[in-house]
Amino acid sequence: MASNRMRTVRIWVCIKLGVSIFLTKPGLFAVDFSKDVRRILSENCFECHGPDNEARKAGLRLDTQEGAHSLHEGKRAITPGDLNKSELWSRIITSDPDEIMPPPESKKFLTAKQKKTLRQWIEEGGEYAEHWAFQHPSKTNFGDLFSSVREQNPIDTLVRRKLDSIGLGFSKEAEPEKLVRRLHLDLLGLPPSISEIEEFVEGSRNGQPDFYHNYVDKLLRASDFGEKWARQWLDLARYADSNGFQADQLRDSWAYRDWVIGALNSNMPYDQFTIEQLAGDLLPSSTLDQKVATGFHRTVTCNVEAGVHAEKNRVDQVFDRVNTTGTVWLGLTLECAQCHNHKYDPISTDEYYSLFAYFNNTPLEVELPSSVTDVQHNFIGPYLTLPMSKVRIEQKEKLKIEIHKLEKALSSKESDPKKGLEIWIENQKSKREQDLDKALMKILSQPKEKWTAAQEKKVKDQFYLSAAETKQLKKNLDKVKAEYESIRAYKTLVMEELDQKRVTRVMKRGNYQDPLHEVKPGTLDVLHKKKPDYPDNRFGLAQWITDKENPLTARVAVNRVWAEIWGRGIVRTLEDFGMQSEPPSDPVLLDWLATYYMDCGWDLKALLKVICTSRTYKQTSRVSPEIMSIDPENKFFSRGARYRLDAESIRDSMLASSGLLAKKMFGPPVMPYQPTGVWRAVGRNAPVWREMKNEDRWRKGIYIVYRRAAPYPSMVNFDAPDRSACTVSRPRTNTPLQALTLMNDPAFIEMAIGLTDRVLRESGQDDFASRLEMLYLLSLSRKPSPKEAEYLKQAFDRHLNEFQKDRDRALNLISQKSVFYKPEVKDAAEFAAWFLISTSILNLDETVTKG
Amino acid sequence: MDENQQRLRDVTRRLFFQKTGYGVGGAALFNLLNKDVKASSQAGEFQFRTEGLPNGLHHKPRAKNVIFLHMVGAPSHLDLYDYKPELQKRTGELCPDEFFKGKNLAFIRQQPNLMGTPKDENYKFSPCGVSGQMISDLLPNIQSVADELCMIRSLHTEQFNHAPAQLFSLTGFSRFGRPSIGSWVSYGLGSENRNLPSFVVLITGSILGAGNSAWGSGFLPTVHQGVEFRSKGDPVLFLSDPDAFTRQNRRDVVDHINYLNRINYDFVKDPEIETRISQYELAYRMQTSVPELMDISAESKETHELYGTSPGKSSFANNCLLARRLVERGVRFVQLFDQGWDHHNNLFNSLRNKVKSVDKPIAALIKDLKQRGMLDDTLVVWNSEFGRTPMAQTTSGTGVINKNTGRDHHKEAFSVWMAGGGIKPGISYGATDDLGYSIIKDPVTTFDYNATILHQLGVDHEKLTYKYQGRQFRLTDVQGKPILPIIS
Repeated sequence: MASNRMRTVRIWVCIKLGVSIFLTKPGLFAVDFSKDVRRILSENCFECHGPDNEARKAGLRLDTQEGAHSLHEGKRAITPGDLNKSELWSRIITSDPDEIMPPPESKKFLTAKQKKTLRQWIEEGGEYAEHWAFQHPSKTNFGDLFSSVREQNPIDTLVRRKLDSIGLGFSKEAEPEKLVRRLHLDLLGLPPSISEIEEFVEGSRNGQPDFYHNYVDKLLRASDFGEKWARQWLDLARYADSNGFQADQLRDSWAYRDWVIGALNSNMPYDQFTIEQLAGDLLPSSTLDQKVATGFHRTVTCNVEAGVHAEKNRVDQVFDRVNTTGTVWLGLTLECAQCHNHKYDPISTDEYYSLFAYFNNTPLEVELPSSVTDVQHNFIGPYLTLPMSKVRIEQKEKLKIEIHKLEKALSSKESDPKKGLEIWIENQKSKREQDLDKALMKILSQPKEKWTAAQEKKVKDQFYLSAAETKQLKKNLDKVKAEYESIRAYKTLVMEELDQKRVTRVMKRGNYQDPLHEVKPGTLDVLHKKKPDYPDNRFGLAQWITDKENPLTARVAVNRVWAEIWGRGIVRTLEDFGMQSEPPSDPVLLDWLATYYMDCGWDLKALLKVICTSRTYKQTSRVSPEIMSIDPENKFFSRGARYRLDAESIRDSMLASSGLLAKKMFGPPVMPYQPTGVWRAVGRNAPVWREMKNEDRWRKGIYIVYRRAAPYPSMVNFDAPDRSACTVSRPRTNTPLQALTLMNDPAFIEMAIGLTDRVLRESGQDDFASRLEMLYLLSLSRKPSPKEAEYLKQAFDRHLNEFQKDRDRALNLISQKSVFYKPEVKDAAEFAAWFLISTSILNLDETVTKG
Repeated sequence: MDENQQRLRDVTRRLFFQKTGYGVGGAALFNLLNKDVKASSQAGEFQFRTEGLPNGLHHKPRAKNVIFLHMVGAPSHLDLYDYKPELQKRTGELCPDEFFKGKNLAFIRQQPNLMGTPKDENYKFSPCGVSGQMISDLLPNIQSVADELCMIRSLHTEQFNHAPAQLFSLTGFSRFGRPSIGSWVSYGLGSENRNLPSFVVLITGSILGAGNSAWGSGFLPTVHQGVEFRSKGDPVLFLSDPDAFTRQNRRDVVDHINYLNRINYDFVKDPEIETRISQYELAYRMQTSVPELMDISAESKETHELYGTSPGKSSFANNCLLARRLVERGVRFVQLFDQGWDHHNNLFNSLRNKVKSVDKPIAALIKDLKQRGMLDDTLVVWNSEFGRTPMAQTTSGTGVINKNTGRDHHKEAFSVWMAGGGIKPGISYGATDDLGYSIIKDPVTTFDYNATILHQLGVDHEKLTYKYQGRQFRLTDVQGKPILPIIS
């Protein structure tokens, strides 16, 4: 490895000479095909000279060394080391518009830098290398790595090696208050409680050796863990509670959401996690839970417009399943090959439809309820009925007893010899004509034995209404009966395999009405071979995906986990590991993580533990001028991650700070406060928003009903997707709409009122300083600085003074009509003044940021 | 240029803009350069850089803004814009086999009858203006602006169901996940007004089948998604302060937030904090600018009469007037959705009623823009997700025509129009056969249509791209070309 060392030394020299030289002289180093060349070729050449044999021009192929180096009509595209005999080069530098490549009509052109790179590459031999992501991750040989100090945690050794190479060191460790907040937000999506902050700060200062490790273990065992980490997975799974498209009706698959939370909490190994979701129904003697897991691929959108052809709908759903599987597990964009051979990645249309064949044996998922006049299909397809929970069975039993009691009471009223039904009927008959109910009289004129059930019911209902007592009994009975009926077994959407397998044919340009030749289920040639004992169904596919020979699955997964912690992946394009992807910023680190993940048995919590206990992780997120100039984007992990929390964590954290958070887990989705007019779709079964006026409105964001046409607006403002398609990473924006949401959304106002109430009730002492300290600890996990406290004290006094002069307004301010929570108000002026301080604190950048 | 140097420059630029405090993304970059743009655009130059157009516009723009009128559900173009006397003559005949057999129709299940526009005074077509464009008497006001319109009678689409066709028309892809045309424009051109979003959506009726995705940003940064300005409740969600809040309370709270954020910035030095400070100031300003914008009561009596607007009402007319006010204030892309055009049955009565709500305000919008000198650089487009069949659809599924008859979805050919923004006024482009079934001249795809809109804004649709999943995506997928003959 002498050359490696030489290279590092050279880099070091460059740094000493000044970074600018290092950055502007790429010629110093040998060109790396994977890192420097492939993307130039794939962006500019592969569309016509790539893997797609149908689009290939002049029979020339530039995506393989064989194609580029071979003799072609008397010329070679690349003659190793000889620019003059390399047609590729002469076509690049020519000024003849008919000759020049890429051709002007392609609107592609090579920059001077790119030309220079290609030139150097040809001069150095024009060697190709297999795309890094298609090669199995290599085991890290730490002995070979340059590093003066070997860190305890392998991540640190690797990161340090990179930092050395750019002339930076680790940033110092973050303060314990910061670190405990970071850990809680990363692992649980919630800030630490005050006692947890105290425990951590104390433990860190005492310097007990295992304290930090044990603390991380404790967090990994909390049930909040699953709720936090399910969010990322549910984005991938495009999990929502509605069909999407017209009318966008609700449907039940929340049991799948609960399955994900449960699987993460029980730390189900990622290979099993994968297999159960892709093929839980096909496992030998599969359990109920394993079937529920297949909800992963029943979350696809479904168009119920009557004009939609049922088979078209089904085929679109299968496309989505194939494409999503490719993105989620392989980091590959398969859909290009739906219509034509992939332009960049070696995936043929035939291979695409071979994958399609695995998912093709599904029933239709829509049917027209009656005739052609219906404007909507019914959404059908396999549902699984879930067993009722013990609590609900008991509830139902209780109601049954209640019904029985009420019925008995009513029947005794009926048979009362003085005021009973018989007497009442006689009285009716004797009424004067103008007072009579004609329909009723018609029934009464018949002998009792001839009454139909409906007629008997009408008579009795009228009788019940005639007296206050029976009227009330009947009303109660109806209410209890309705409640009884409403407790039914829940259902959830699952995958089911047709007994009679469908024949899969390649579809011309992806059109299901234009089938070509037949294909059998099969995997991608460019990756590892499928083992002979894998069955030809989704189970076999899932085994192939989780096979440790698969070069992509582990890398794609660890990169996503890393990105969730760091706000950026080692491969920046989380969704793409193909030829067009960005090369990893540190391939060794990526491979180490991938290998570690597989070796520890796909153990997510172990992976998170090794990340979160690293020195790299513990660094402060402060940005020094040096870091700003050398590693502004934190590409080399030279400081702790600092970025805005995702939509759910913002809601959950503030609910937690305010003390309102309802920690109930699982179950049907909830509807907290939402402005009127957000749900406006019409049509049959169009859902209605019913704001919950109980503590369910304070449950975590992950339980809020996800309706695709109109997702919960405050979440949308914080970049939550509509979940109509697989989302690998959410954008992270910073907009005025976010400011308006946190300042004015009654849901957040309610939290500010809850927080104020909590501080006033729980701070123990009445003085400003202790209350402010509590407010800070609850929201920011730290105490205010003197400067902050001084500013806020003045502000508070001003507000207090103002409200003391106008107590009515103070009272109005804290009794918001959209706010359900009722605080304990002793002094309205004081409460209102604190409310302005609380809402300010909940709006701080630091409050919505992990840092 | 050296890639690293480029990156550093980009980063520096990003920091610079954040520091200046006008937010992130293309919109922000554009905002900052806004003054320069205005100054230079007077000189005929239009130079700026955004995230989407790092090297500035591709060619001289003909329009600065777009007002996009989308009729949800598909109006019966055959009874409004595409005059077919031959079809009227053959009403009641069984349609030719090739109109039915092997075709994908949404609702018609038996070979249907041909059905022309009723031979009734009310449904008459007349040649209008100097150009003599044939437009139905159902649209008397639009007839009066015929000389401003470029009628395209040869648009066709790939989808024949509402939601997929809406997505296809508005995002260039029939399934979910792609950015809408407005968000592409926002990504490319940003906004001219730093107090308002660059892409605003106004809706009458219920939300269309494609849902929020119709104005969503897909894989583009979410700052580019359309922001709905609502006519009921808060015009922008969460715009109003909580009950009993005074403006002074809001000012105080924003001051507290920003003071404390600044202390934190001095410690952490993360430029995101500076951006957030500026976003709170912007939010504060929006609380005044948006209600002011939405309040049309100060408009003149003549204007209200022209549009048929009344302040405080929720109507398509009000939205047309708001569109003008938005464009006036520099909002780049304004999209109006109007629900209620899906006339499968009782077509002729329903259509006659429905057009009344749009005819006058649309004509008013064109006239108003023109008289204010805004039509030259505002492109107004009118479209729908598809057209309607020249064959009758009846409730029984058979072709017997009666008063309940309607028309089914038709993707093969339909009529739309564009006006202003450098489009030739008073011309017709493309044509359908005598029965209005297929295109016989100059077919226009959805991609061509969208490419034309971008072209007028100075954007080459092939070059406005965003890399996602390893591919350079664009609004027009891998197809489309601007319809050059209609450009003046």
